[in-house]
Amino acid sequence: MKTVGLIVSMIVGAFLIYGTMDMPDWGDPNSPASLHVSPRYIMNTETETATPNIVTAVLADYRGYDTLGETVVIFTAGMACVLLLRRRNKFKKNRG
Amino acid sequence: MIISSDDIIIKTIARIFVPFIQLFALYVIMHGHYSPGGGFQGGVILGASLVLLLITHGYEEMRRRVPEGAVILLGSLGLLIYSGIGLTCLLLGGNYLDYSQLSVILHVDPAHARAMGILGIELGVAFAVMAAVCSIFFDISTGGILPEDEK
Repeated sequence: MKTVGLIVSMIVGAFLIYGTMDMPDWGDPNSPASLHVSPRYIMNTETETATPNIVTAVLADYRGYDTLGETVVIFTAGMACVLLLRRRNKFKKNRG
Repeated sequence: MIISSDDIIIKTIARIFVPFIQLFALYVIMHGHYSPGGGFQGGVILGASLVLLLITHGYEEMRRRVPEGAVILLGSLGLLIYSGIGLTCLLLGGNYLDYSQLSVILHVDPAHARAMGILGIELGVAFAVMAAVCSIFFDISTGGILPEDEK
């Protein structure tokens, strides 16, 4: 059983490594991801948003919807902790 | 539950440091336009200052200064600020979270309106993150069982 698992995982690993052959080089300026919207952000952020920090502008303005989702996730985590853990003193009295 | 520390050195250092930590948190939030930082990082620092107050001065003191209901209210307010700014843009005729529409009510050009919008949502994010950090630490440190309220 262990040998079968090893063979299966090695085949899957070989396929995954084969899949990375088509990927662009690390930091390649001609990769599709660097050609689509990145130049526009780098060229126009200063004039469009008056914000020198491109990271902040992309995070909060161009991708604002994404950041809203992140904030909701963090808020939900906090509220879930409150709802699961917090007990009022009524509970304490009932217990003794 | 965490009780107040007996050590005067720990309490004094914490009391001196908490305002500076909070000031630094505000700096990180407000300076996010020009340097690394922003709502998430600043909110975590703000939450950490309250956690420091809690572990040095104990739960009772912390609760007297920052009631846990207020923390939850602040977190909800942060999310409301964020989505409210987005909704305001929608009502002014733009897309959701298109801050350039805010130039009508802020009386600045659209580029600066977007900078203002970014600042507004960073503040909202900071409130929400601070509330999450604080309330999680409150609840785990007390086991979630709050002491009797004085009535």
